[in-house]
Amino acid sequence: MFYREAGDFKTSYADDSQTFPIKFDRVRYYAVLAVAFGIIPFLINDYWANAILLPFLIYSIAAIGLNILVGYCGQVSLGTGGFMAVGAYACYKLMTAFPEVSMFIHVLLAGGITAVVCVAFGLPSLRIKGFYLAVATLAAQFFLVWLFNRVPWFYNYSASGQINAPERDTFGILITGPNAPAWATYLFCLIFLAFCALVARNLTRGTVGRSWMAIRDMDIAAEIIGVNPLKAKLTAFAVSGFFIGISGALFFAVYLGAVEVGEAFGISKSFLVLFMVIIGGLGSIFGSFAGAAFLVLLPVILKVVGVDLLNWPTDIVAHFQLVIVGALIIVFLIAEPHGMAQLWRVAKEKLRLWPFPH
Amino acid sequence: MKKTLTTLVLGTAMAAGPAMADLVFPDLSYRTGPYAAGGIPFSDGYNDYFTLLNERDGGIGGVTAKVIECETGYNTEKGVECYESTKGQGALVYQPLSTGITYQLIPKVTADNIPLHTMGYGRTSAANGEVFSHVFNYPANYWNGASGVINYLLEENGGDLKGKKIALIYHNSAYGKEPIRTLEELSEKHGFELVALPVDHPGQEQKSQWLQIRRERPDTVVMWGWGVMNQVAIQEAANIRFPMENFIGVWWSGAEHDVMPAGAKADGYKAVTFHNVGRDFPVFDDIQKYVVDAGKAAGAGDQVGNVLYNRGMYAAMLAAEAAKTAQEIHGTKEITAAMMRDGMEALVIDEAKMESLGMPNFGPTFSVSCDNHGGPGLVGVTQWDAESKTWSLISDFKPSDTEVIGKLVEEDSGAYAAENKIEPRCN
Repeated sequence: MFYREAGDFKTSYADDSQTFPIKFDRVRYYAVLAVAFGIIPFLINDYWANAILLPFLIYSIAAIGLNILVGYCGQVSLGTGGFMAVGAYACYKLMTAFPEVSMFIHVLLAGGITAVVCVAFGLPSLRIKGFYLAVATLAAQFFLVWLFNRVPWFYNYSASGQINAPERDTFGILITGPNAPAWATYLFCLIFLAFCALVARNLTRGTVGRSWMAIRDMDIAAEIIGVNPLKAKLTAFAVSGFFIGISGALFFAVYLGAVEVGEAFGISKSFLVLFMVIIGGLGSIFGSFAGAAFLVLLPVILKVVGVDLLNWPTDIVAHFQLVIVGALIIVFLIAEPHGMAQLWRVAKEKLRLWPFPH
Repeated sequence: MKKTLTTLVLGTAMAAGPAMADLVFPDLSYRTGPYAAGGIPFSDGYNDYFTLLNERDGGIGGVTAKVIECETGYNTEKGVECYESTKGQGALVYQPLSTGITYQLIPKVTADNIPLHTMGYGRTSAANGEVFSHVFNYPANYWNGASGVINYLLEENGGDLKGKKIALIYHNSAYGKEPIRTLEELSEKHGFELVALPVDHPGQEQKSQWLQIRRERPDTVVMWGWGVMNQVAIQEAANIRFPMENFIGVWWSGAEHDVMPAGAKADGYKAVTFHNVGRDFPVFDDIQKYVVDAGKAAGAGDQVGNVLYNRGMYAAMLAAEAAKTAQEIHGTKEITAAMMRDGMEALVIDEAKMESLGMPNFGPTFSVSCDNHGGPGLVGVTQWDAESKTWSLISDFKPSDTEVIGKLVEEDSGAYAAENKIEPRCN
């Protein structure tokens, strides 16, 4: 009913293989883009930017990155926090070394550097997999955090070991620092998210993505039909690292502005992003968005309801948050182990047939 | 926040209108997580003092003080969320009780024209008011604390620390790293050897560090810890039979909950401080009468008189006095954050004022000026008596080595000013 296919004819291969083959879906996608780019920047204020939208956008990028590795290529990684730290510190070093260069270039370069580091830590994946690979990437997490704490060069020898984002611009508009307008920081992150999502979507339905999925589903069979496991695994690590590096750079430079590596990029960050991917849906771009939204927005909503509306003590609300978020994760995974993306797929299927079920 | 939601629903970009009726003091507290043991008493003291002012005096200058509490869990992301959600409600001053959150907020408050008070924590070089216009860290900062420890040791050892070995066991974060620079300078000046031993967040795992202490046999161990790390360290020190008299913590490592778990073995442990301990002050009678007995105490109401409760109360007192000063300067009862900043910069705490507040000799006397936001940095020493379960002040509030600290403040704030292109004010 809502998703009518009647009259929606495809007359070329391009039409047939597009991302949103149903017209209603396509229109809605453009509507979301139009609202995100054309309307929200005019309504946004500091609270919405810094407390809700920036974390959502940045975690979405990280979740897409991790989803490529875990969801599409089947390489379990617990090193996301460490790789985000690489992006953040690379961005910091670039920002302070080349102050006149545009932030766009710094963030992209930070992503590139993270990709290289991520590939280096992905090399063991050629020999080991599953839990053993998880432990290897866990080592990356601890090693990288230790490294950024240990070597003063990374934080420019500051007394406290913190890194602070100085004011930097792109096309003359401030992007980092306290005086950056909310709409500029929002748009900056949104552009990167849109770029990452587009690249990820198109990679995953092309040759590269198919080789990832073949490796994920059964690596020996994939090798027999001619997929090069070295190439497939390392490209997954590279692309994943690139996105995670971008998200780390944005997380530090645009969102927080100052970072302490152990606190901001600890093991809990790796788990948070992994939960986003699992709850959102492994192997789904939409799932990355849904998972990030779920884990970023839920605590804020619970806080607004508990503290601002019901006037409960803050510590009780904080403890309830842990309980409720944990319970919801369990319920979700029992009700729909394939995540929110699968729920959405089922809902769409139902809407297509409504009101005439089989 | 509610207003913001509504406004977005209505489709207007109007900012949340501040309610001008009250003086708003946000409390970025943490009653959960690994640092909650320190966060709860501080927040209770902060809340209770404002409740006392409202109940006893009808507020500050006749205007009700309102505390908005927001849970951060010592997490910087939640701290930013709390800051953004409360700043639109007319917040006068922020006291986040976290070095990490302080670093996030320093540039933000300067841009938003709201003062930030980081008492005994945060960025030490913010004491230089010429560079940090909106950040205050009176009455004492980390480097005063580090120097206070060394001065006390000098006194104990007849003014000579040559050939002594001092171990610093510190929280491996911005907070814990702060004193290292000062201690290094001081070790050169006084000729003692410094061994720095980092402990990773949250600090439950310290076996290897204490093994090293046992091997190196330092004369004194100095601790820069917070939260669960303190308890573990004191317990470990007791386990290796390190003499507690030679174990001295900074002011964030010297509260009841830090020493209690080690029981009698913690007897004699010391910590530096910048305010008095115990509940032997007239103000506590008022708190008992107007707040606790009236059933209006924050939290469980069982923290009154604890070290960190006193510190929270002291922080609230300094904020209230600065608000009063601002009211006098600007001749209006309903001050804004910008006026509050002026009040903090003109704050004078003398003995007469402390006496009238019911806190005689509770903290050092000091005055704040445009170029000095750090106060005089007077540091005292407290000691734990395990039998009576009390902390007591065993030395006066004494000056720290301003020669060394002044130079370091100058250096670090100069670097910050150059990085952010800040012109020095105060001329």
